[in-house]
Amino acid sequence: MDTAYFLQQLINGVTLGSVYGLIAIGYTMVYGIIGMINFAHGDIFMVGAFIALISFILFALTSIALPIVLLLTLLIAMVFTACYGWTVEKLAYKPLRKSFRLAPLISALGMSIVLQNYVQAAQGARIKTLQPVIQGGFTFMEDTGFTVSLSYLQIFIVLVTIVLMAIFTLLITKTALGRAQRACEQDRTMTALMGINVDRTISITFIIGSSLASVAGMMFVMYYGVIDFYIGFLAGIKAFTAAVLGGIGSVPGAMLGGLLIGLIEVFWSGYISIEYKDIAAFTVLVVVLIFFPTGFLGKPDIEKV
Amino acid sequence: MEKKFFQTSIKDSLFTGLIALALFGPIVGLRTVAKNEVLEVHPKWFIVLIIVIVCAVGRFLTNLYVYNRDQKTGIQSSIGKSISNFLDTKGYQIALTAIIFSVIFPFLPFTDRYLMDIAIMMLTYIMLGWGLNIVIGLAGLLDLGYVAFYAVGAYSYALFAIHFGWSFWICLPIAGIFAAMFGVLLGFPVLRLRGDYLAIVTLAFGEMIRILLLNWYQLTKGPDGLTGIPRPSFFGLPFKSFPDEGEQTFHTFFGIEYNPMQRIIFLYYLILVLALITNLFTIKIRRLPIGRAWEALREDEIACKSLGVNPRNTKLTAFAIGAMFGGFAGSFFATRQAFISPESFTFIESAIIVAIVVLGGMGSQTGVVLATVFLIGLIEVFRDFESYRMIAFGGAMVLIMIFRPRGILATRKPTITLEKSSSK
Repeated sequence: MDTAYFLQQLINGVTLGSVYGLIAIGYTMVYGIIGMINFAHGDIFMVGAFIALISFILFALTSIALPIVLLLTLLIAMVFTACYGWTVEKLAYKPLRKSFRLAPLISALGMSIVLQNYVQAAQGARIKTLQPVIQGGFTFMEDTGFTVSLSYLQIFIVLVTIVLMAIFTLLITKTALGRAQRACEQDRTMTALMGINVDRTISITFIIGSSLASVAGMMFVMYYGVIDFYIGFLAGIKAFTAAVLGGIGSVPGAMLGGLLIGLIEVFWSGYISIEYKDIAAFTVLVVVLIFFPTGFLGKPDIEKV
Repeated sequence: MEKKFFQTSIKDSLFTGLIALALFGPIVGLRTVAKNEVLEVHPKWFIVLIIVIVCAVGRFLTNLYVYNRDQKTGIQSSIGKSISNFLDTKGYQIALTAIIFSVIFPFLPFTDRYLMDIAIMMLTYIMLGWGLNIVIGLAGLLDLGYVAFYAVGAYSYALFAIHFGWSFWICLPIAGIFAAMFGVLLGFPVLRLRGDYLAIVTLAFGEMIRILLLNWYQLTKGPDGLTGIPRPSFFGLPFKSFPDEGEQTFHTFFGIEYNPMQRIIFLYYLILVLALITNLFTIKIRRLPIGRAWEALREDEIACKSLGVNPRNTKLTAFAIGAMFGGFAGSFFATRQAFISPESFTFIESAIIVAIVVLGGMGSQTGVVLATVFLIGLIEVFRDFESYRMIAFGGAMVLIMIFRPRGILATRKPTITLEKSSSK
């Protein structure tokens, strides 16, 4: 019974961790390249979830086969949400590159309020429920008294995350775009002198981050089946915690941190208290920032005069 | 040249229209509506069309405007400068007029219950803004969880008043002390963090306090909230229409007719005095060594360290004092509402207070007043358009950061300057 329960929590934790990890990549990349916390990223995730929801509802009216629906929804969510990420960067962050340090953060806060209320105004304040898209799954360890279930949906979520991570890692390490991004992280002026369009590289970073967040949003709406305009706030903070835990600025760190945060949250609600499950993430955030600010894979941040 | 510019402008605005279509098409154009527990999509293409056209045309016009922008920027900034100059030279008279106006406000002929309620709300926000201005404006610490101290003040006032029956004037300092203690408790570990990390951690703390209030049912009654919080009394004289046996009330003591407005007016003066105390305190402490240390720390932490200022303790005092005023405002809120629940202390409250301080110009006391009147007035005027007004509010935060990152009152006089020497 105990092992079965533990195994079930582990499965749920890894699934949730995949979602957080995908959002966390957006935070960590933006922080790496322009050194700001993109406070509106959680709300970009929320917009992605809504676009996926709308797409699923529209496809439900047609008779297209499920794998194609999933693929198309994935692409639609990525493209449209990427537009949001791109626009937010152009409108709210780009004019502030040379402003004082807290200006982009306050602007991002404003953008987050705008996005939340815009979706509320356009789509209504009530929660939206989606009928399960992928049903069924495996069950095992039935004889122990606690049935462990591993749904096809969970397998799908983890698989898509792994595939996206692989593509993304290749993009960062092997392509010219990835090199440009890593160069911008180190020294923007010098990179510009080497003939790289820094503005465009930053824009592309936002586009990649937003489209990964939209995939997380699509998984969220499939996994929980319920969304509203406010989901971005909590998910955003948790994903930011994941990015910090993994070491902010480090992409593999974000994935690792997301996985850990997912596991911590699930085990906390499974073994300690479900009411205080959001406190778990906040506590981790505070403790990590105070005692362990570089995270697992981050580089120490030295303050210079 | 002119023709080419025209062509690129057209191309650019078409592109903007395309992006607008991608942005607003799915979210605005395809509204999901629940029917018999199944979601349906209701298309609203007409609105999308209007938005797309507005975006494209707007982009075209800005292009034309940006093309001859050079002549215009000078005028814009000089307007801001002249406002600041005017406030600098006439600041004392303006402040005096504002204070006199706010003192006689309840007795003006057009003042009614509704206006009084708004005025009390504005003064509460002004007080919170002044309190937070110590933390953000003077010490330069971006605190996104200020509402936590407001909540601690409100709940500690309510709990002491309900369970021990202590009067407002005893509970008020206790609530302030509690909030300040929380400030120290939270501030001690986190204040060494850099600006943006600090902002996130304070936000997390604010949320933790709210979740705690929501779930600690035995103490806080969770989402039901605390009811029956005692109203304040005028030096022991309660505001009641029917006094108990042998009890003096405000109207029997002064021998006047009972009027429910009496309590409202009393509450108004109460918050006015509390707010003015906050302001006076800030103005005075800015000139003391501790206040100067805050401002120095805001400008350059490393330089301060090398001059022997202890950054942690200095920041901690700013945090605690700001929290204390938040606690005072919280107890006023509790006694005014007579009912509090965690719903009143959400993150958006923190965001509003931060926006007030930032919009006003960080560190400017007059700016806080102007920003509160503007923002709360805006929220009040558009009260029937719940989410649209918040869109305008968030948009205002972004626009201010872009166009006037130092707030309405951008220029700031140094707190202390050397006397001008006569010889030149």
